[in-house]
Amino acid sequence: MAADKTAYLGRSVQRLEDPPLVTGQARFAADINFPNQLHMRMVRSSYAHGEIVSIDTSEAQAMPGVVAIWTAIDIADIGPVDFRADRAAEALKPYRQPVLAKGRVRYVGDPVAAVFAEDPYLAEDAAEAVVIEIEELPVIVSADDPPGEFAAGHGTEAAVMHHGYGDIDAAFANADTVIELDLRTGRHSGVPMETRGAIGRYDAANDILELHGAAKVPHRNQETLVKMLGRDASRMHLHECHVGGGFGIRGELYPEDILVLLAAMRLGRPVKWIEDRQEHLMCANQGREQHHLARVAVDAEGRILGIDDEFFHDQGAYIRTHGSNVANRTMCTITGPYRVPAFRAVCHFRLTNKTPCATYRAPGRYESTFVRERLIDAIAPELGIDPIEVRKRNLIAAAEMPYTIAFDEPHVSDMVLDSGDYAGLLDKAVAAFGWQALKVELARRRADGELVGAGIGMFIEEGGRGPTDGARIAVDINGEVEVITGGASLGQGFETAMAQICAEALGVDYRRVRVIHGHTDLIPYGIGAHATRATVMTGSAVDVAAKMVREIAIDAAAEMLQTPADGLDINDGTVARRNDPAGPAVTLGEIARRLAPDAAKPGQGDPGLAAEGFFTTTDTVFPYGVHLAVVRIDRGTGAVAVERFMVAYDVGRAVNPMMIEGQLVGGCIQGLGGALYEEFVYDEEGQPMAVTLADYLVPTLREAPDIEVLITEDAPSPLNPLGLKSAGEGGINGVGAAIAGAIGEAIGDPGAVRRLPLTPARVMDLLRRADAGSS
Amino acid sequence: MKPAAFSYHAPETIAEAVAILAEVAPEDGRVLAGGQSLVPTMAFRLARPAHLVDINGVEGLDRLVLDGDELSIGACVRHAAFHRPVVEGCLGPLLSSVARHIGHYPIRQRGTFCGSLAQADPASEWCLAAVTLGATMTAMSVRGSRQIRARDFFEGIMTTALADDELLTEARLAIPPSDTRFGFAEFNRVAGGFAIAMVLAAFRLEDGVITEPRLGVGGVEERPRRIAEAEAALEGRAPGAEAFRAAADAAAGAVDPMEDINTSAGYRRDLVATLAFRALEQAGRALEQAGA
Repeated sequence: MAADKTAYLGRSVQRLEDPPLVTGQARFAADINFPNQLHMRMVRSSYAHGEIVSIDTSEAQAMPGVVAIWTAIDIADIGPVDFRADRAAEALKPYRQPVLAKGRVRYVGDPVAAVFAEDPYLAEDAAEAVVIEIEELPVIVSADDPPGEFAAGHGTEAAVMHHGYGDIDAAFANADTVIELDLRTGRHSGVPMETRGAIGRYDAANDILELHGAAKVPHRNQETLVKMLGRDASRMHLHECHVGGGFGIRGELYPEDILVLLAAMRLGRPVKWIEDRQEHLMCANQGREQHHLARVAVDAEGRILGIDDEFFHDQGAYIRTHGSNVANRTMCTITGPYRVPAFRAVCHFRLTNKTPCATYRAPGRYESTFVRERLIDAIAPELGIDPIEVRKRNLIAAAEMPYTIAFDEPHVSDMVLDSGDYAGLLDKAVAAFGWQALKVELARRRADGELVGAGIGMFIEEGGRGPTDGARIAVDINGEVEVITGGASLGQGFETAMAQICAEALGVDYRRVRVIHGHTDLIPYGIGAHATRATVMTGSAVDVAAKMVREIAIDAAAEMLQTPADGLDINDGTVARRNDPAGPAVTLGEIARRLAPDAAKPGQGDPGLAAEGFFTTTDTVFPYGVHLAVVRIDRGTGAVAVERFMVAYDVGRAVNPMMIEGQLVGGCIQGLGGALYEEFVYDEEGQPMAVTLADYLVPTLREAPDIEVLITEDAPSPLNPLGLKSAGEGGINGVGAAIAGAIGEAIGDPGAVRRLPLTPARVMDLLRRADAGSS
Repeated sequence: MKPAAFSYHAPETIAEAVAILAEVAPEDGRVLAGGQSLVPTMAFRLARPAHLVDINGVEGLDRLVLDGDELSIGACVRHAAFHRPVVEGCLGPLLSSVARHIGHYPIRQRGTFCGSLAQADPASEWCLAAVTLGATMTAMSVRGSRQIRARDFFEGIMTTALADDELLTEARLAIPPSDTRFGFAEFNRVAGGFAIAMVLAAFRLEDGVITEPRLGVGGVEERPRRIAEAEAALEGRAPGAEAFRAAADAAAGAVDPMEDINTSAGYRRDLVATLAFRALEQAGRALEQAGA
């Protein structure tokens, strides 16, 4: 890692975005207000499934301060919330969510009407007075249940999807041992501190429609909104505020975003909607709920011959903006870091009468890692081989990189694992964790009656998927640098990372770099912050653009200093001779002044110390990691204490190790939530049982162990100039797997854990079963 | 999550408060003390009182004093007042250890001891303490004042013997004999979460055997209660694992646990056995530490 003072890439410099956040000056969606604004309140279904017989808004309409109440009829010209991703979308289109329920309601929380009133209290009063008569229909609460009817002509099994390669039947026929497991991941999701928020404003003077409170993917959402609302892209702008957490779920387009925009235009006043926590836990995207029937075939030495997995994906009531992306990511990543000669996955992509699902941090991958690592853990005792050894025998070797996984299905993209030394990271992690000594110590503690165990989860992550992103960089006459990106910040340190990359390439102090993001009117493109793309895509574009600016600066300085360009260097914003740094020099600000439009001379080319650079790739980068956990179970309550947890992760190249550590630790604690605490439980009528934070248990500091982090840079990506991979999702991916393994060992039955989350009551059941089995 | 409209009253004396309460009680008037239960319930519109009688400005209700052989806890005494022992002897540390289990720090700064009693949530630590320690509640109204004993006070989930027009002005806890030993054990899943089960145990020793045993269970049934079967299993026995186990099993056998989608009756029963044993062990350890 570069250690000299002038290098910014790879240093744990302080975050540029922190001062407003820690001094209370940040501006979140709820802080945005416009004069004369209206407040929107949704009227939501209290039934999980039913026909809407009637909606009576007359009493509510007459209440003081109520300006309008809309139902589906009032916005009949607007289609359902559109997909922004998914090639298989055509077949899935009938399952998109209407902006307001038409004919049927399909989950508790389904928006049926929207009230617009002078203040949020009056809006809520009126929303209560809207009378909806619903004739209940049979409720499907599990993707295991037989499919029913979504709408006339469309069953609740929206698709059956296949991924595979190799001769899977031969693999199982030739197997020495076959292990079959029935595995479930629980329904959970991101619960950002800041709930969703949307403020629609129509600037009639300029015919521009604005959405404030955008996050994650402003430009992608602009594209969708332009299509849905029939507007020109130059007249539809999204604006990001400070964002209090995203995790994949915040920043997607939801019905409420469409409604505030429509209302802003049609009612002629700004419209504000701020989601409350109860709505958030009922209506924002959820995820993870899958039921897998998975089999692995191995030879006598524990080498994998094939994996065969049939699973049931609970999509909830509608298919939202991601289409079937989560199920696809599950299928693509089941084999993970291992060499699997034959593979077959069949996904039953089913709708249920619960909150719709979409991507949540490490989408499909937290699930697939749990499944895969449970299978691997089951191989070990079956064949009497150490679990680390089983993994080593099957890991794809560094020498095999790049390693292509080609699926038979023509519409499924190959996975080309770009680089990696999986076994090397496993060795480093195991050594850093003191695994061998630890196992001896845990065995001794178990002999003394303690319920303690260690577990491991290995995985690959994926990120930086293209196609293209760009950045515009300009230096002003004071030497201040402005970087305009189409990126987005969800709190991850985007501004700092971009400033570091720019500073390194250009030769300035990163604190003089101001990074703009999240405004579609400032730059016409942008990849946003999703699927751990930002640092790889936008970061690479910033690197390209900064190098272009550098070249312009050096060329200008060569003339100003009468020195050949190749003899010049830029340090701390000053250009000087490489061999005489204290000699004649000119600052970037002086160069910018020299190149300013008013100083330009004919024939000199475009004025300005500025450039726009792009980075394009068709490939994905694959960082990889190892999670190691030690747990202790309280025999009297079933409570699980995580004594230690290590995240070892290869990021290719670390822009800011401190921020990466933050990403990994935060993700890991979210992963512990899904492994031990958080679950969206529904009763048999489809009523959600976890609609407050008293029932939906997000781990607190008390539950969070000190997470040990090992960041490595052993396998830079060959796919971008800086070797970047990504860090956003490596902390969460393997947590369920590692905790499951650790609990299995603690109770003396490595394969015992089949289901997440491991609530104390479920752990007590496992203990009881283990006791019954051993007696 | 905005409350429905209500009228707000801010009396300055108890007489004024009960007079307003008498007037607004028939129209669903409610007393506002710390508001840590009532206000969120109003935000969800699960409670929609037409009137709120805010007693935070009522003179004298924040009194927390030793009155003879009783601790008098005024209606506006906050949970946080108990963070450090409020009285000499064994009661102060007990109340401190119980208080630490109530919600989070900011909640404890605002929420009140008497408010918890009046709310009568089955998972309330103070309700369990009141029942196990034998508190007496003072209820005042325009009709006068009356004393209600804890065992008669709690009637069910969120239901007490208080009439709609009565203000709980204080709770009185008898100071237990100084050689009383206590133990308290609670199980919840995350910091500040509601108790899924909790046990408060107390006993004294005479001639090496347990006397005056008390074992209360909270968060398990609709209201906290002392478990006579467990107390009988302790009475006259030498303190130790054997007696504690017998009492814990008796408690687990005697309770009739509530069930919900996350927590089966069987699991709550298991917790009672565990927590009763741990509370008793704690009391036993207190004994050793005291050198008895």
